Amino acid sequence: MQLLAQVSSETDLYVAQNIFFAVIAGTMIYAAFRVVTTANVVHAALWLVVVLAGVAVQFLFLGAEFVAVTQVLVYIGAVIVLFLFGVMLTRASMGDDETVAGEKRAMAAIVGVLLFAVMAVALVDSFEDTRVDIDGPQGVVEVSDAIFSQYIVPFEAVSVLLLAALIGAIVVARKD
Amino acid sequence: MSDFLRSYLTVGIFGLIGVALVGVFLGLGKILRPNKPTLAKTEAYESGVEPTGDMWSQANIRYYVFALLFVMFDVEAVFIFPWATRLEAYGTFGLIEMAIFIFILLLGLLYAWRKGVLKWA
Repeated sequence: MQLLAQVSSETDLYVAQNIFFAVIAGTMIYAAFRVVTTANVVHAALWLVVVLAGVAVQFLFLGAEFVAVTQVLVYIGAVIVLFLFGVMLTRASMGDDETVAGEKRAMAAIVGVLLFAVMAVALVDSFEDTRVDIDGPQGVVEVSDAIFSQYIVPFEAVSVLLLAALIGAIVVARKD
Repeated sequence: MSDFLRSYLTVGIFGLIGVALVGVFLGLGKILRPNKPTLAKTEAYESGVEPTGDMWSQANIRYYVFALLFVMFDVEAVFIFPWATRLEAYGTFGLIEMAIFIFILLLGLLYAWRKGVLKWA
C-alpha cells in the first residue's frame, strides 16, 4: 500500500513536471517570437531574458543544477548586460525602428527556418529515439567535488584563460 | 530526481508569489487611482530641472570596459559559487586553490588599474 502511494506520488510529480515543462516551453516560444518581432531593440533584449530564464528552468528539469545557475549568472547576468551596453553605445535610435521590415524580414524568416531545419534534422538523425538516461540530478555539490578533485588543474588553467580574455578585452577597448 | 525537483518547487512558489504581488499591487493601483493626465504630469522628472533633448543619448564608450570587467568577474563567480557550497569539506586545500584562482584574475584587475582604464578622467 505504501509502495503504491509512493508510485502514484512519483507519477503525479512526473505529470506536474510535464505540465510545468509545457507552460515554460510555451512561454519561451512566445518570448522568442517577441524577441524577433518587437520593433524596439531594448524590448528585444528584455524578452531574451525571459527566453534565457526559461532555458535555466528547463536545465533544472533535467537535474543540471550547476548549468542552470551558470545560465542565470552568465547569460542573464553578463550577456544581456553586454547586449544592452552594445545598444547604449550605438548611435542608432533606441526607440521603435520601423525600417526593419519587408524583404529583410522575409530573408530573416527564411534563414531562421533553414537553421531550424538543419538543427532539427541533425538532432533527430544523431539521436533518433534513444532514451538518454539521467542517473539522478547533478547538483552543484557533485560538480564542485569533480572540479576540486579530478579537474583541479583545468580549473586553475581556466583562470589563466580568463586573465588572457580580460587583458585582451582591455587592450581592444582602450583604442577609443 | 523527484526530491531535487520538490526542493525547487519552493523556489518556484516564491517566484510566482513575487510576480503575483507585483501584478496585484500594480493592478490595484491602476483600479484605485484617478487618471487625469496633464502635460506637466506626463513629463519626465529629472531633479526638478526641465528635461531637454531626446530620451535617448549615446553612452560614453568608457562604460564598455566596466561591462567587460563585470563579465569576467561574473564568470569567476560561476566557479566560486560551487566552491562555496563545499568550502567546509575542502578546508585549507580549497582555500588555497581558490586563492590561486582569484589571485591570477586579480592580476587582470591590476593590469586594468595600471593601464588607467578604471580612472574617470
